[in-house]
Amino acid sequence: MAELATEQQILDGLAEIIDDIVGIDKDEVTPEKNFIDDLDIDSLSMVEIAVAAQDQFGVEIPDDELRNLKTVQDVINFVQKLQGENPALKG
Amino acid sequence: MTVALRIPEATAGARIMAFGDYRPARVVTNDELARTVDTSDEWIRSRVGIAERRIAGDDEGIVELAVHAGGKALANSGLAPGDIDLVILTTCSAESPMPSHAPAVAHRLGIDAPGAFDLNAACAGFCYALATASAAVRAGSARNVLVIGSEKMSQWLDWTDRSTCIIFADGAGAAVVTASDAPGIGPVVWGSAGDGFDKIIIPDRHSFIQQEGQAVFRWATGAIAPIALEACERAGIAPADLAAIVPHQANLRIVEAVARKVKASNAIVADDIVHSGNTSAASIPLALSRMIERGDVPSGAPALLVGFGAGLSYAAQVIQIP
Repeated sequence: MAELATEQQILDGLAEIIDDIVGIDKDEVTPEKNFIDDLDIDSLSMVEIAVAAQDQFGVEIPDDELRNLKTVQDVINFVQKLQGENPALKG
Repeated sequence: MTVALRIPEATAGARIMAFGDYRPARVVTNDELARTVDTSDEWIRSRVGIAERRIAGDDEGIVELAVHAGGKALANSGLAPGDIDLVILTTCSAESPMPSHAPAVAHRLGIDAPGAFDLNAACAGFCYALATASAAVRAGSARNVLVIGSEKMSQWLDWTDRSTCIIFADGAGAAVVTASDAPGIGPVVWGSAGDGFDKIIIPDRHSFIQQEGQAVFRWATGAIAPIALEACERAGIAPADLAAIVPHQANLRIVEAVARKVKASNAIVADDIVHSGNTSAASIPLALSRMIERGDVPSGAPALLVGFGAGLSYAAQVIQIP
């Protein structure tokens, strides 16, 4: 069940998803990393990661938003923002 | 006045006796395509997983391709043409909507006056046709069914559109389905997402295949694995017991994503797309034929089939390898 996640929980969840989909070690996934330049993740893998993140965090990341999410921190901020806007996830 | 109609006695199960395939002679490499559209071997391999594909000749249409594959499946089954009483041809790349192709294919194969019709569920077509054949056999509507997926996608391609011409290809694959006391074709899980009807489309007779690649990729990598898992559950087969996973060969990245989510740790995953491209309704029987010919899967072992594509239509079932 999705619930409001802390920044660290989102980071850990994202690192696990990335490890599962593209096999990058969890320790490599840190907030400042750029998906394309630092982690060598292409746009198709980003779509897969977005779908998995959707299942895990309960927020939809559409394709046109996905294009703007360049770094791990961008995704964390986006998930937190949408979770905050979702009344079902509030206390 | 009401009457009681007589119906045939139902049969417990249906099974696949044999497969057959046909790959057109002409091989088109990525480098060849890169000479006419802005693409590269490296880009196509990494994004789609295709190294080369087969393209049919001008004299090879849907019927011609189907006759080759159907004839091979028939020969492999050991049945005579006269034993077949239903022919189902599945295609989404016909050059003409009328007549349907199945009667002509049956005639060319020497099958006398069978039930014959075409079925269009795009890239899910083979799984739909197999389920229809199984149901017909079990209900007593047919004894032996020839199911053929035959596609000439090349005639609906814009060869200047690098987002589609690198993906789709031509070919045909077939299976012979017969009655069986022990079921060899599991329950089908089928469905559709009609809100995505315009994601893969040929808008009219003067147009070519158009595809919203990223939207389709998102749908396929998210929605298909649960369908595949449901087919396993309904057949009573644990994913770990599968010997093979044969998803529609849409894109190797989608194939790998589906396989990863099914978690069939002991299964070989079909990758015929590398050498055959995306042949729509023909891709699953083409892949299975190659796996069986190479001895990759033992006879009697369970394999998971899952088709998905334009519609958006999808279908999955577990079969026993003949």
